Amino acid sequence: MSKMITIYINGKEYKVEPGQTIMQAADTLGYKIPRLCYHPKLSIEGACRVCIVEVEGQRNFVASCAFPVSDGMKIKTNTAELRRARRDIVELIVDNHPMDCHVCERDGNCELQRLASSMGIRARHFAGERKRYDKDLSGDAVIRDPEKCILCGRCVRMCSEIQQVHNLTQSHRGFNTVVTPAYDLPMAESVCTACGQCINVCPTAAFLEKNYTQELFEQLNDPDTIKVAQFAPSVRAAIGEAFGIPAGANMEGQLIAALRKLGFDYVFDTQFAADLTIMEEASEFLERVQSKGKLPMITSCSSAWMKCLEQFYPDLIDNVSTCKSPMSMQGAMTKTYFAQKMGIDPKKICSVAAMCCTAKKYEAARPELMFDGMRGVDIVVTTREIAWMIKSAGIDFVNIKPEQPDHPLGLSSGAGAIFGTTGGVMEAAIRTAYELYTGQTLVDIEVESVRGLKGIKEGSLTMDGQEIRVAVAHGLGNACKLLETVRQDPGRYHFIEIMGCPGGCVGGGGQPYAAINTIPLDDEALKKRAQALYDLDRGKTIRRSHDNPDIQKLYKEFLQHPLSSVSHKYLHTHYKAKLPVGIVPKEAKQIEVKP
Amino acid sequence: MKETKYKLTLCDGTACIQNQSKVLHQALEAELDKHGLRQSVSIHLSGCLGICQKGPVLIVNPGYIMYGRVQVEDIPEIVESHLVRNKAVTRLIITEDHLYNRFFRIFGDVDFFGKQMRICLRNCGVIDPENIDDYLSLRGYEALAKALESMTPEEVIAEVKKSGLRGRGGAGFPTGLKWEFTAKQTADDKYVICNADEGDPGAFMDRSAIEGDPHTVLEGMIIAGYAIGAKKGIIYIRAEYPLAIERLEKAIAAAREHGILGANVLGSDFSFDIEIRLGAGAFVCGEETALIHSIEGHRGMPRPRPPYPSVKGLFGKPTLINNVETWASIPVILLDGGKWFSTVGTETSKGTKVFALAGKVHNTGLVEVPMGTTLREIIYDIGGGIPNGKTFKAVQTGGPSGGCLPAKYLDTQIDYESLAKAGSIMGSGGMIVIDEDSCMVGLAKFFIEFTQDESCGKCTPCREGTKRMYEILTRITEGKGQPGDIEKLERLGEMIKRSSLCGLGQSAPNPVLSTIKNFREEYEEHIHSKKCRAGQCAAMLSYTVNVKCVGCGACKRICPVGAVEGTRKEKHLILQDKCIRCGQCYEVCKFDAITKA
Repeated sequence: MSKMITIYINGKEYKVEPGQTIMQAADTLGYKIPRLCYHPKLSIEGACRVCIVEVEGQRNFVASCAFPVSDGMKIKTNTAELRRARRDIVELIVDNHPMDCHVCERDGNCELQRLASSMGIRARHFAGERKRYDKDLSGDAVIRDPEKCILCGRCVRMCSEIQQVHNLTQSHRGFNTVVTPAYDLPMAESVCTACGQCINVCPTAAFLEKNYTQELFEQLNDPDTIKVAQFAPSVRAAIGEAFGIPAGANMEGQLIAALRKLGFDYVFDTQFAADLTIMEEASEFLERVQSKGKLPMITSCSSAWMKCLEQFYPDLIDNVSTCKSPMSMQGAMTKTYFAQKMGIDPKKICSVAAMCCTAKKYEAARPELMFDGMRGVDIVVTTREIAWMIKSAGIDFVNIKPEQPDHPLGLSSGAGAIFGTTGGVMEAAIRTAYELYTGQTLVDIEVESVRGLKGIKEGSLTMDGQEIRVAVAHGLGNACKLLETVRQDPGRYHFIEIMGCPGGCVGGGGQPYAAINTIPLDDEALKKRAQALYDLDRGKTIRRSHDNPDIQKLYKEFLQHPLSSVSHKYLHTHYKAKLPVGIVPKEAKQIEVKP
Repeated sequence: MKETKYKLTLCDGTACIQNQSKVLHQALEAELDKHGLRQSVSIHLSGCLGICQKGPVLIVNPGYIMYGRVQVEDIPEIVESHLVRNKAVTRLIITEDHLYNRFFRIFGDVDFFGKQMRICLRNCGVIDPENIDDYLSLRGYEALAKALESMTPEEVIAEVKKSGLRGRGGAGFPTGLKWEFTAKQTADDKYVICNADEGDPGAFMDRSAIEGDPHTVLEGMIIAGYAIGAKKGIIYIRAEYPLAIERLEKAIAAAREHGILGANVLGSDFSFDIEIRLGAGAFVCGEETALIHSIEGHRGMPRPRPPYPSVKGLFGKPTLINNVETWASIPVILLDGGKWFSTVGTETSKGTKVFALAGKVHNTGLVEVPMGTTLREIIYDIGGGIPNGKTFKAVQTGGPSGGCLPAKYLDTQIDYESLAKAGSIMGSGGMIVIDEDSCMVGLAKFFIEFTQDESCGKCTPCREGTKRMYEILTRITEGKGQPGDIEKLERLGEMIKRSSLCGLGQSAPNPVLSTIKNFREEYEEHIHSKKCRAGQCAAMLSYTVNVKCVGCGACKRICPVGAVEGTRKEKHLILQDKCIRCGQCYEVCKFDAITKA
């Protein structure tokens, strides 16, 4: 431990660790200096100037998020001048913001609103011209509303630093500064992977998911449609937060009950299709290993990763599993196996997915995933949207009596549950692949090496004397790092799991906004959500996908066996290179112009 | 070697080129051919002399005769009279008196240079900037040779510290200390950057210094590279300076050819090279962290300091950034000694400073004066005072981020502390003289319009606050000012100064705050009496017809809104509620019969 230094905050003496910023030191001492653009996972922007403090000897106020403490430093956090400056700064932000809080999606859950309230802005002294921009509604998943943007730059940093997608940047200058995709392209044509992390970190409503709640309410009120729901593993682990329940509560039963009360005829569980995915994916992996196919094999469950792959890593397309995501498999089975079994015209089914993810909206619309002229999933809503619908419909979510999912697409193993967290797909796949390959049951099924929030995790296991090296990355930035390694050293790993969001699906772009006194994507909250899924796994008797009796039944009655022709028709897909606008493929550059 | 009887030097600076100096050059050559004088008369080109007001400038040696505002038609006379008959053309000579300047003997009896002292610009106008031999002949690269041959890097830094030189980019940080900080860092790579992203409206010090003497900038950078242990230098210059870029490129190529840049500089163990990076012209890219971002290929936005570039700069490596003028001072410091340099100037500010003198003053142009020179000396002695018999009102120093100082500060000495104490800044050296015809509210509005437009948009106070200040100033000049507006400007201004992220925001309110401080009554008149004493704010003017009116009807015919009434040969009348104050009647009246007030 390094030597402690002395600092003074508002005249009080404190001993603190050197090498930290004023804000970090103050945080440990019970001072919560107001802040806006700061986020502990992102680089220091120093842009909003809300966290300014006075430091003796400094001519100007300093941003406490950026300024390091030093021995003997005298800091003031609450002088009259400082309070006025801070208030005025926040007023300036508010003055250039549409004052439509009551009709805004983030009313009551907006950091700017809370900040303005705590700064005591009760009048506006400097109001003048306000910026005007059209909304960008072009994307399938993420929409932009630049008028709501307060230019804190969190989304820009999230998109470039954590996700390494680099889609967003500030453009233009001064008062005309606006966050846009490159070339000011509409989101739909940009390199946006629809991961929705910009929504998670946005303090206001400048980024939102494309909202399908009204369409869904209309469908739910249509007596001629069969309404079928599915919900992702991590929705149950997070939806409670939207109702004030602390992070980490598993609300599976309550969610199922609420979905039925909303008007769904059947409520299935995406965890069932997670088990199905494992059957197909593990089989595909073993086939690649046995027939010396393309390795490492990379998972394909994450829709943001799909888009990232097609744009930035087209050279690795052959490495990626052809399996559809659990959501799409569930959708396909709903409209085929289930419909046939029930004697329902699949065209009458409205297949709805409640997802922790925004990119699933993009995925559901991918033409590559269609079969028999149908989409597997008709409507995707996020955890936030479904939580709002439950509130809006007047359902007492907190006190509701838990219920069980419907058959035949509702029963799931513990392996399906852990799909929602980083490392979970790998762990589930190992449980099944080991048994399929060796014919023996894997005893120690909790694979610690792939659990936890480390950016890139590595592990290995031996199957019949053959060493299988695996790696797991969560967040596209970590994925990019891992894939660079693969490009350099293709033989290093056999199997790779990639999830596009930090923490995996539990940190998805569609999860509830951070509650008061918490920050978006807080590691502790992510861990608690993940723990809820691990607990769910541990509490189940069936913890391996291939042991799920409904899965066995599905193969027996419909799919025959993993990787069968029926499977390929409904459960597998393909990818193709979609280079970003402005990027010219190498072949095109080599065209010679003849004189 | 051919013998030449006369040596002509034609100024080849941007201002003179705009005034057709290239055409003059051709005409001169043709005229020399006509008289068969090509053998006995040589023509040289030089960088900017700074006396742009009198350009194009032609110097005839021997005799140090300096001709100004030379036109093509004057060429035959100059050749025939001066070069053939040895009789100077007196009507074209830039006269006025003496000179006592160690760098400026050759420019003879010109008052403009009298009080100047040229250190940075010592070679500008003297040498051919595109000829490395010219630079070498005036002790060029001797300072570098001296450093490499007989000084350790520590000794070089000690010499710079001894000189007391402070950064000429505006902030005035002691240059030697900055070098020392960067030298102390251990890193595999370090960088030296020349900040030539000059962006103040009307300022052209850096451009002229590079155009007139590019090698001295290179020499300063190479010396710094040796002193701090860097192998790579980058000159960040705005793309709008094509001539300066071209000359830098030529100078770099020539220096490489002569073994001054590249591996083993001048045969030593030290290697150094310089490349040029072009800026796209954003004002904020003059801020060092924004400049670094721009070189790295990012959007030019500042970041919080610390860490300072000397610790973590370009590509995360220790980086030494200095401004063009600072670099140009380095060779002199090493040649003549830090001690000598420190004898020039005041207690806290050493050496000289270049100013771009502009506005309502006789001699606009570039001036380099020792620190400690008063504003009065620059404006009245060098600048020749205010033209057209008008009264001095204020001087704005430090560009768009500086303050406006009224007449009572005319005897303020030019140095970092005195200017700050008076309520302005040194800045990078803009100096705009304002006479009674200028409205101070309008002036403040002009500058804040510039800075709010050039704000990078990153931090709230600068992005939003300057815009609000601009809106308030706009409404005051439009006659819609409200009681309390001055206080709002002060409140916003103080907050922006103390809370902004970078120097741009921290200084942006200066023109407003200093004009409120020194000319508060003008603001009050605008707001309470709806009056602009300078007659500049159109919305507050009223046009009335006075007794001189002969009833010609010209005003009635030109008025676009039909606000003039009257029958022929009788006094007309302007309907005030209809009048849009466009001023066309005032312009068209031949009898001075319209009063503007």
